[in-house]
Amino acid sequence: MKDKEHNPKQLKLIDANGIRLDGRRYDELRPIKIEAGVLKKADGSAYIEWGNNRVLAAVYGPREAHPRHLQDPAKALVQCRYNMAPFSVTERKRPGPDRRSVEISKVISEAFASVVFAEQFPRTSVDIFIEVLQADAGTRCAGLTAASVALADAGIPMRDLVASCASGKIGGVVCLDLNKDEDNFGEADCPMAIVPRTGDVVLLQMDGHLTEEEFHSALDLSIKATKGIYQLQRQALLRRYATAAQEGEEPPRADIREPPSEVNDL
Amino acid sequence: MDESGPARRQVVIPGELLDGRGLKPGSGTYVEGDQIFAAHIGIRQEREGFVDVVPLSGRYIPRARDAVVGQVIDLGPSHWLTDINSPYPAPLHATESPWRVEFGDTERFLRVGDAILAGVLSVDEAMHVQLTMADRQYGRLHGGQIIEIPHVRVPRVIGQRGTMIAMIRDFTRVEMFVGQNGRIWLDGSPTDVGHAVHAIHLIEERAPLVGLTDTVREYLVGAYGRGAAPPTGRN
Amino acid sequence: MTEVISELMRAHIHRLAASGTRTDGRAFDEPRKLIVEKNYIKTAEGSARVRLGNTDVLVGIKIDTGEPYPDTPNSGVLSTSAELIPMASPSFEAGPPRPEAIELARVVDRGIRETKAVNMENMCIVPNEKVWVMFIDIHVLDYDGNLFDASSYGAVAALSCAKVPASKIGKEDYPLPLENWPVSVTSARIGDTIVVDPNLDEERIADARLTVTTDEKGDLRAMQKGLKGSFRLDEIRRIIETSQRVGRSIRETIRT
Repeated sequence: MKDKEHNPKQLKLIDANGIRLDGRRYDELRPIKIEAGVLKKADGSAYIEWGNNRVLAAVYGPREAHPRHLQDPAKALVQCRYNMAPFSVTERKRPGPDRRSVEISKVISEAFASVVFAEQFPRTSVDIFIEVLQADAGTRCAGLTAASVALADAGIPMRDLVASCASGKIGGVVCLDLNKDEDNFGEADCPMAIVPRTGDVVLLQMDGHLTEEEFHSALDLSIKATKGIYQLQRQALLRRYATAAQEGEEPPRADIREPPSEVNDL
Repeated sequence: MDESGPARRQVVIPGELLDGRGLKPGSGTYVEGDQIFAAHIGIRQEREGFVDVVPLSGRYIPRARDAVVGQVIDLGPSHWLTDINSPYPAPLHATESPWRVEFGDTERFLRVGDAILAGVLSVDEAMHVQLTMADRQYGRLHGGQIIEIPHVRVPRVIGQRGTMIAMIRDFTRVEMFVGQNGRIWLDGSPTDVGHAVHAIHLIEERAPLVGLTDTVREYLVGAYGRGAAPPTGRN
Repeated sequence: MTEVISELMRAHIHRLAASGTRTDGRAFDEPRKLIVEKNYIKTAEGSARVRLGNTDVLVGIKIDTGEPYPDTPNSGVLSTSAELIPMASPSFEAGPPRPEAIELARVVDRGIRETKAVNMENMCIVPNEKVWVMFIDIHVLDYDGNLFDASSYGAVAALSCAKVPASKIGKEDYPLPLENWPVSVTSARIGDTIVVDPNLDEERIADARLTVTTDEKGDLRAMQKGLKGSFRLDEIRRIIETSQRVGRSIRETIRT
């Protein structure tokens, strides 16, 4: 969902055969690749390539929440910061949050706050960072999808992963997963995110013009697509922890307390 | 990849259904309706009628009676504040130390930057943590070095009934203290400590060829050119 | 959380230094493994991702038309900035650039400007009116020590594959001519030991730090001393000599 630009050339975004400019049909996703555990310092991380989007997500937490007066004595704060690198867009973006980034950070924070078991960690914060390195529309969906994997990678307890996708309308046709040109010159865009197992919608935005019927078609397209996206998220995590499956039985934590050694002291 | 027996070494992700079969929900799980789901990424494990998800990742959350390697980061007139590699700062009260500390005199015994061996005395529901050093086994650390591994790997470093850590000690003769918080203190000759650290990194990176214990033993035998040295009296 | 390093680990690193080794087994004058990936970001006119050990930095070059500075009407504009994004380290907070980020950007900028790696006189389109404006944006992704060198290598690598988007003024895009290859080498003093390319542990306990940027002839183009300790003159001489030597082999890696 970017600001609309003037379309001087009357671009035909979708032709009579239902083929879009990049060769996709109305219900096709751009190619997606996800990798979990890509950064060393962060507690959890993931990298996603979604069409020409390249987004990095990282999680720190739970960690002590600062400043102190913002701590919640009953649960963890789940906070996301979405940011675009200056070189991620055609016109260089000045560093620092702009109003769009602030809004996106907020809606993504809220999406995750509804799945994370925050009551298990009072007075802490779970900090999620989404960094867009290369943008081609749909960055909040790509970022959310990657951040979900990063949260799982960090061992944060949650009800489920969250899968995200956008649909919209271009050339009068409801289509899945708009790229930048389609978003700029199309009629509507509608990003959403769901909890795959229950189908609960945790993020929903829309701008443009859609009839009620068109909106439901768009939502339907996105929901179907998230099934495949969830599998990619799951596969990324299984690949990361693949060697964990090879060890013998896990020794229990509580029972084995290592016998103390002699300790030199004052 | 699955060995014989029930799906023992299965990696599960949050929200994944854990086949109940009459099992009760254990740690790392949550219940919805009459079904049990994984709450975090981990290994599905059945133990004594419960189904657990053993964590593969996550920060260290202190539990009472854990032994930890901590670092003093601040002090007050009657306590020291310790970083134990967890989201919660852990105060050590002067009354829980082995010394008689006058009010305001805390810096004489422990300073900011000191490393200590301590126990977790208590953790309440609001996650307020208290440490203790009242036991003989605890105290300030000097010399040696501290390495950090993900705390979820600590049970593997210790091993079933302490067998893994005993093996590393027998070969390397290094003095070691493994904190439940993933910090490990080691002291010995540089070469021996180097071998101990390498063995621990093998465990951290879960690099089994046959089984993890065999992989680590193979490394130690190769490093020392022999079997484990016969046990001597503790130095 | 402020990162307090334990006295125990400080003593350990000093002991290692006194016996001729480092925590990661490197020699004192040995930098970590360097991986450079050019053209990493398509939306940038030039880009490179650099991994120096576990330090991971992404540098993007954006080039567009703009107005020249009034006092240099025939010269292009070069501007370097750095972001220590919070995901790179628990000690990085979101917010306006801290002094560390500003210093980092200015030191990297100095190396490029002083070597005239890019000839800004050739970046003029219409004198007094229109020039090429070049932004070098340093994006730190993972922090394990020595951002100066990783960022500098990233900036030079990104410049070396950059394209001037001349199609914006009705001409053909062309590769940005890189006339010099500045290479920075950072050393840190730990007690009496000087180590090259300090990792995070070493940086945290170092007494002083010196970054030396040399050109292909081995001449000095930029220097920056950091941290609160000091250097003796003979130490500075040794560091310069090491920087020239190590700089040569690193230049080869960045060129390819």
